[in-house]
Amino acid sequence: MKDDVVICRCEDVTYGQIVQAIDEGLTTLEEIKRVLRCGMGPCQGRTCSRLIARIIAEKTGRSMDEIGFPLDRPPVRPVEIGILAGERDEA
Amino acid sequence: MKRSADCVIIGGGIIGTSVAYYLAKSGMTDVVVLEADYLASGGTGRCGGGIRQQWSTEPNARLAMESVRIFTTLEEELGEDIEFLQGGYLVLAYTDEDVEQFEKNVALQRGLGLDVEILTPDEIRARVVAQLNTERVKMATYCSKDASANPFLATRAYAAAAKRLGVEVELFTPVRRILAENGRITGVETDRGVISTPRVINAAGSHSVPLAETVGVELPIKPYRREILVTEPLERFFDPMIISFSFGVYFRQVQHGSIIGGFAYPDEQPGFNQTSSVDFLTTMSKKLAYLMPVLEDVKVVRQWAGLYDVTPDAQPIIGETDGVDGFFQASGFSGHGFMIAPMVSTLLSQIVLGETPALDVERLNLRRFEGDIDLDHSVV
Ligand SMILES: Cc1cc2nc3c(=O)[nH]c(=O)nc-3n(C[C@H](O)[C@H](O)[C@H](O)COP(=O)(O)OP(=O)(O)OC[C@H]3O[C@@H](n4cnc5c(N)ncnc54)[C@H](O)[C@@H]3O)c2cc1C
Ligand code: FES
Repeated sequence: MKDDVVICRCEDVTYGQIVQAIDEGLTTLEEIKRVLRCGMGPCQGRTCSRLIARIIAEKTGRSMDEIGFPLDRPPVRPVEIGILAGERDEA
Repeated sequence: MKRSADCVIIGGGIIGTSVAYYLAKSGMTDVVVLEADYLASGGTGRCGGGIRQQWSTEPNARLAMESVRIFTTLEEELGEDIEFLQGGYLVLAYTDEDVEQFEKNVALQRGLGLDVEILTPDEIRARVVAQLNTERVKMATYCSKDASANPFLATRAYAAAAKRLGVEVELFTPVRRILAENGRITGVETDRGVISTPRVINAAGSHSVPLAETVGVELPIKPYRREILVTEPLERFFDPMIISFSFGVYFRQVQHGSIIGGFAYPDEQPGFNQTSSVDFLTTMSKKLAYLMPVLEDVKVVRQWAGLYDVTPDAQPIIGETDGVDGFFQASGFSGHGFMIAPMVSTLLSQIVLGETPALDVERLNLRRFEGDIDLDHSVV
């Protein structure tokens, strides 16, 4: 894959940046996310997490199972505070 | 991995990595940090990053003030950005008891040389944060030199600096048990073999308890779940951490623009549960919508939980252990371990090196639980 291919579209993170992070010793989705913000955009990694996990697997020789996915945490999708607070109905 | 070392540190959170750095900086470089998972995977990586000097007892205020002094030049010292910002802390009073306690706190803090102000609701909105709902707020204390930083980045920066000085950091290496003979530490047994050492620093957060048990030491620390949430990023519009002890709530806007915040359930039971709850999400949203109505339109994008490692007096356990020479404790931070880490770790490194610590930390030794207990009123 070319270095400038964008893997996380929400946060504009490229293949090259992810490979560099792995080379620097970051070998979990959680750490790479913390450093590059990939997976923290509006889609919360639904588009990019699997791709990033696959790059980690490729570069570290571990299986996708070993890398694992962060548990799905509520809220399942972004929701306004006013709605969560029960002060407003969902439009 | 090394087979022997002068000192083994268990835990790669803010405490373990910073102690490693201060030891190495003072000349003890044959040190190994053992981390079960990745760096900052415990409480540190789940933390709010708040750094408060406004405490209600002198020793706590001093530890925090000395830590801020270190934090102020830490980015330069470690050569990395840790998002340190002196954006202040605004502490809201809602009851007459709050007001009375805060006035005492301010007198004590000013006596120590901390620049703290008392603000009226109008002054809060005019000078600190225009968007705050100050209805029912009686007053607030404000210290513009209180701060925040990114705990994940700070941990990585300490670890990297320690490594440059010769410290070994082993990730994904859980310690199974600590080894001791005739009342002296002799080593640790990990999933990847044994390291022999005369000194072990137990900095494994809530997991310090089962580890200490392997050499017959009982630590009075209980894990409590604490939840936190984060919103989508917004243009930055306020700097301070805003907290209220009556609501048990704290929130701030991080460098990237998101609002992060949480509160404590007063009746949370101890345990290692780290799942997030829907009740937290809705209750925290109500609190935020009340305190800052402009946030109603803002989306929550994530929530998570971490553990507070809480002691009976909400103070950490620091120092060597009676009965097991070479066994040092550094846990029980009770929800404020990030803000005091630089100074606590400096002091612990001095104890480990046999020097006299720059501040008296005898009061934090494990043996204090043999007597009566003093409480600080400013715990969130
Ligand atoms: C939601 C939340 C918000 C918080 N907000 C703040 C705040 O605003 N300001 C503040 O100052 N503090 C705050 N805290 C508290 C702060 O995060 C902690 O006090 C601090 O991070 C403790 O650091 P530590 O290094 O002692 O522990 P940890 O970060 O928990 O590190 C312990 C490490 O030990 C490792 N470990 C465990 N068992 C083993 C083993 N057997 N072998 C090897 N390694 C092991 C763990 O994987 C972990 O990485 C907050 C905490 C939470 C949960
Ligand atoms: S594509 Fe990465 S967070 Fe949306």
